[in-house]
Amino acid sequence: MSNVIVQPSSTRPRKYNVIGTRPVRHDGVDKVTGKAIYAADLSLPNMAQGAYLRSPHAHARIISIDTSQAEAMPGVLAVATSADLPDPWDKTEELGEGCINYAHLSGNVLARKKALYRGHAVAAVAATDIHTAQQAARQIKVEYEVLPAVTWVLDAMEEDAPLLHDNLFTQTLGEKPTKPSNIGQHIHFEQGDIEQGFAEADVVIEREYRTETVHQGYIEPHASVALWNEDGRLKIWTATQGSFTVRQQLAELLKIPVSKITVVPCEIGGGFGGKIAVYEPPVAAVLSRKCGRPVKLAMRRDEVFEGTGPTPGSFMRVKMGATKEGRLTAAKAWLAYDAGAFPGGMIGPGSMCVFSCYDIPNATVDGYDVVLNKPKTQAYRAPGATQAALATETVIDEIAVELGIDPVDFRLQNAAKEGTRRVDGPTYPRIGLVETLQALKESEHWNSPLEGPNRGRGVACGFWFNAGLKSSAAANVNDDGTVTLVEGSPDIGGTRTSLAMQLAETLGIAAEEVHPQVVDTDSVGYTDVTGGSRVTFSTGLAAHKAALDIQDQMIKRAAELWECQPDDIQVDAGTYGYNDHKQTFKELAVELSSTGEAIVGRAAVNPQGSTNAFSANIVDVEVDPETGKVKILRFTTAQDAGKAIHPSYVEGQMQGGSVQGIGWALNEEYFYDDRGAMKNASFLDYRMPTSYDVPMIETIIVEVPNPDHPFGVRGVGEVSIVPPPAAITNAIHQATGLRMHHLPISPPRLHQAIAERNGQ
Amino acid sequence: MATIFIPAPLQDLTGGLAEVELEAVSLGEVIARLEARFPGIKDRLCDDDQLSPALQASINHVMTRQMRAEVGPDSEVHFLPAIGGG
Repeated sequence: MSNVIVQPSSTRPRKYNVIGTRPVRHDGVDKVTGKAIYAADLSLPNMAQGAYLRSPHAHARIISIDTSQAEAMPGVLAVATSADLPDPWDKTEELGEGCINYAHLSGNVLARKKALYRGHAVAAVAATDIHTAQQAARQIKVEYEVLPAVTWVLDAMEEDAPLLHDNLFTQTLGEKPTKPSNIGQHIHFEQGDIEQGFAEADVVIEREYRTETVHQGYIEPHASVALWNEDGRLKIWTATQGSFTVRQQLAELLKIPVSKITVVPCEIGGGFGGKIAVYEPPVAAVLSRKCGRPVKLAMRRDEVFEGTGPTPGSFMRVKMGATKEGRLTAAKAWLAYDAGAFPGGMIGPGSMCVFSCYDIPNATVDGYDVVLNKPKTQAYRAPGATQAALATETVIDEIAVELGIDPVDFRLQNAAKEGTRRVDGPTYPRIGLVETLQALKESEHWNSPLEGPNRGRGVACGFWFNAGLKSSAAANVNDDGTVTLVEGSPDIGGTRTSLAMQLAETLGIAAEEVHPQVVDTDSVGYTDVTGGSRVTFSTGLAAHKAALDIQDQMIKRAAELWECQPDDIQVDAGTYGYNDHKQTFKELAVELSSTGEAIVGRAAVNPQGSTNAFSANIVDVEVDPETGKVKILRFTTAQDAGKAIHPSYVEGQMQGGSVQGIGWALNEEYFYDDRGAMKNASFLDYRMPTSYDVPMIETIIVEVPNPDHPFGVRGVGEVSIVPPPAAITNAIHQATGLRMHHLPISPPRLHQAIAERNGQ
Repeated sequence: MATIFIPAPLQDLTGGLAEVELEAVSLGEVIARLEARFPGIKDRLCDDDQLSPALQASINHVMTRQMRAEVGPDSEVHFLPAIGGG
């Protein structure tokens, strides 16, 4: 096993003192000693406990809700239904990480006229204790008219499918439809001449794929505590990826100004995109307003599975053609992703990513966003890209086999590079896919033999955009020469430390001399969500600029002290000098603290470019032909990180995404019965990989610096989930001779395919 | 002049033109000039006077939804689906 950092000869690495080192994370002690505070840990004086009532039906009209019996129970303090939420705006707003329609969001938080999926929240109760709240929720009488449900994307697209929303008209840049349907959006891209492209191909492969609904599987269930004060101010402690996004959603859903709301981001036990849209915060807020007490509302695991947003199930058809010399000439994709109960799923990025690893002169993509009777889907680590990569990367593999070309060489031959025009239009700036594939090709893993029966090796690559967006930071120089960094990005993957390191590098001090704090929405400038792999890039840029602000102030103050001009002062690796004067940052900071005002650095940034991340995998598997079980023997992931600020955290993101991708490939899926009820809503039955299922994931960090960041940072949090399912599918083909087209390739599914192949 | 890439579903309004060159200093002006030349195109791209929430624009690799976003003489402008991340 190895972890390797590769700096391609095409780049000119800079020398750093802090960046690239591996200091102990600032929040490490709190987390390993159990002292970190999560939302469910909070206990406020006189706090009530909340519980939900959820729909037992996948699709039903709500005729009436009678809460009288529940309200009469001793210990019950308040009951909330959608009637307690203001009438929602039919307004769609960009929240920094995708758009939210408030009418849909409000209807998802508490069902209005219809329950649209099993587990859809219908009402909630606050009581003096959790047991009373749960018991009271069961006493709420809801009269339903049960309607036919649809849970498969192609069924939902049929003309005669049960219609979820009678006001949903397909959003398209073409002619507006006149009839409602379950198709929320149709996306169409064209590049070149697709017919000509396929006519030029010597090999053309077309395949169909299906993937099932998969949950992010974060270990911490959703939880919030709300306190709606008599003065009209609302304070929320919550598990979220974006405190300012929660504030904005609450303001819109409750129709109160953002200035009346404070959101405190607690420590977060994973999110992966699933903790951006709100579920329980507005409900806890309404209950708190009604009962005049703080209210805690925390979900159970089954509620997380059935009532929050997983990633879409999908149907995909991909056709690609290449010349016998191995040059891709044409590609065509038809993608249908389920959006869950409300439109606005992951089809946009899926359509943009499906061919984004390759330079293909002629291509078309059609993508459909389809509503059906499952929970509203949400982002999940590179949302939409993993499904699409399964289709493209397995067709690519099949073409390479057909042409007798090494699969890495075939990818290198066609890899996107600077100047390549994607099928959706834009051309790439400097990117690192070629270097990432080259690193994979030169790895010890790729150059070692794989021997033994029923074993196979597969490769695949993947792309994800990554975002910039708004971030703010402030940094206070303390009397002892340390610096407190105040920022607003909830820390999911060690970002406190990666931000502190960028500030430290800029100031020329040690990472341990910086104390990073993630603070509430009243205590820092607006900061978009922790998502889109953006925090180390964008909030890191804010930390860097705050440090430059401090440095500027230190220079001015030192010039006053040393009676010279600011331009006379030299700063070198944190040492300030002028003639005989020479002081470290710490020495100067201590001296300055007693000679004038405090030094506070500030920055707010809004970088808009994408940081363009690429990842590639090699995986070795062994298939048990008797059971269909797939064992991962060895797994290597290579990824362009631009510049790894803290290599251990980059490796952690690469390994974590790989393991999630292994889960998609081999086990994870929602099982629905014919009435749309999920049958495996627990971690016992929803099979995620554990440490017993995977080997140590080997990592190769490739550093092709991002020209749009002072340290070259690219986002690293998401793309690692993209290639694993395709790489594993390709490895299973080599092991068994079978091309699998349906994820997950669980033991029953693979066993059946083997049996059918063997004529059993 | 800036080059505006016309998404395929809008090319029924541009007589099949996939690229249009025009002079504009902002995204809003790009859309206004497209509308003047190809009536009806603004209605497909915008809700009221804002870019449709389902869309974003790419101006020389920079993603934006701001109608005031700067467009230069050598800019490439694309209209793309809005995306989120995890």
